[in-house]
Amino acid sequence: MADVSAKETSSHEMGMHTEQLSGRDQQVFFDLSDEGGFTYPDAYEVDFNKRAEFDVSGMDAKQINLHLRELMAAGNGTIVIKNPGAKHSVAVGILNRLNLIIEGSLGYFGCGLIDGPNVRILGRVGWSFAENMMAGTIVIEKNAGSTFGAAQRGGDLVCRGSVGSRTGIDMKGGTILVGGDTGAFSGFMMQRGRMVVCGNAGKNLGDSMYDGTIFVGGEIKDLGVDAVPGEVSDLDRAWLTRKLKMYDLLPAGGVDHFTKIVAGKQLWNYDNLEPTEKKIIL
Amino acid sequence: MCGIAGLIHRQGTGGIGQEMTDMLQALRHRGPDSTGFAIYGVPVQNQYVLRFKVAEQEDLASGFKIHDEIKARRVSVDERLKTLDVEIIESEAATEYAFRYLISYNGDMKRLADYVEDVEGAEILSVGNALELIKDLGDAGVVSGQYKLGGFNGTHGIGHTRMATESDVDIRSAHPYWAYPYNDISVVHNGQITNYWNMRRQMERAGQRFVSNCDSELLAVYTASNLEQGASLEDSLKRSIEEIDGVFTYLVATKNELGMAKDTMAAKPMVLYESDDIVALASEEVAIRSIVPHEIDTWDPYDEEVRVWRT
Repeated sequence: MADVSAKETSSHEMGMHTEQLSGRDQQVFFDLSDEGGFTYPDAYEVDFNKRAEFDVSGMDAKQINLHLRELMAAGNGTIVIKNPGAKHSVAVGILNRLNLIIEGSLGYFGCGLIDGPNVRILGRVGWSFAENMMAGTIVIEKNAGSTFGAAQRGGDLVCRGSVGSRTGIDMKGGTILVGGDTGAFSGFMMQRGRMVVCGNAGKNLGDSMYDGTIFVGGEIKDLGVDAVPGEVSDLDRAWLTRKLKMYDLLPAGGVDHFTKIVAGKQLWNYDNLEPTEKKIIL
Repeated sequence: MCGIAGLIHRQGTGGIGQEMTDMLQALRHRGPDSTGFAIYGVPVQNQYVLRFKVAEQEDLASGFKIHDEIKARRVSVDERLKTLDVEIIESEAATEYAFRYLISYNGDMKRLADYVEDVEGAEILSVGNALELIKDLGDAGVVSGQYKLGGFNGTHGIGHTRMATESDVDIRSAHPYWAYPYNDISVVHNGQITNYWNMRRQMERAGQRFVSNCDSELLAVYTASNLEQGASLEDSLKRSIEEIDGVFTYLVATKNELGMAKDTMAAKPMVLYESDDIVALASEEVAIRSIVPHEIDTWDPYDEEVRVWRT
């Protein structure tokens, strides 16, 4: 049996892991007493005043992402990527604070699994952008493809233009702001978080959503199963105004015309159960 | 997965052969099994480009006699064309098994197609005043080089990079599909048609012909059938969203049109770029970037969206 580290022993004693660990260790063990606290193993300490830029026209996604890490490891806190050429899987897995500017468009799976950076993209982004985003801010100046912000958990994800279908599918937290329209099945199986669409929304909005809130400034083609209109409160209006103003998306007429969509919560399995069955489950 | 692309020059002609090659090569990662092009030159009245093959690429490894058989099949095709009073103006062997003929013919195109395809191994890839349909195994660079498409000048084109999923890796199952027996109509498709067999059986009962088991061929036959009954391309595309089940984005080209349709779930990608000079569409923006390197505005068409552009 491999040696068990002090951290592992500690977590075992806390009941976090009872299984015998073997092979490559995929677990990350946090220790409050560590100097780094809760930073990720591959996070870098950077200085926002230290700036670097690089042209990626002749590079593939792996080379771009590796070079990004080299620049962050060297302490660069502001990085500019030039000529991204709509390449896929660029700027993924950034787990520290960083000001990243992308001068052009990205393809599929851009900025996935990020936790912390502020990203500004001057072009358009493709499908599954910012999938599983955990924290930070991303602002896209043009349009975005489908499954925008899928499974997002935190942070602000902003698209000034229009986005494709299934925006915020499986969303678990954070905020999506769309300056234009969104396509069909937006908010599908949404579980938490907020989505704001200043333009129109396609069919089946909020289909099978468990929780979370969707605000739409334009027309809604139709609502999905178990998505229902909610009452827009003063608190909602204040939040919408503040958030849209923050990204220069506040409509000239304000936010009074926004519709609020929430979960009807009729799809929760235990709501369909008999009282005796609920007791067993709960 | 598969990748599709389309391009139309709005102000005349352009280097459509090389442009489509670049776009499809950029989509190589979506499907390297086969690549196909349907590219359109300037139509010539009373002259048709006939593209046909008399064997599959894999047949070449099937026996000692295959090379002689291919020659014999071509002779049979020539004899049958002569019987139908077809004048062969030019003939060219693109590969050992695939040929391009420039012909003059005033008769019934269905009769010509049926008579030629009656020769063992023969399949007409396309017939048209403007259409040249080329498809073979390999990526865009390989196929384009093999068939010398780099210098082709034309108005518009569609293309496909195939990842074979439900039918064989062969030319018969490669896209684009010519809409037999109608001149200058071709189709490429990304997706899966779930009521394929039901619709195919209906169409076969109505006299339509299928040469492969690839569900994408259905779209070509379906489009041809609708156009034959007088529908416009736009009407046919709209009707397909109602009648065809599954997930699909597909492109149709005619002598002077390029159309697209996206299914009701919007489950298959398409990125669109429009300018005064060109309209470019592709499964991924990288394909458009390969021919328009400067910064551009692109967007995704929505569910049930149908568009048609004209040259």
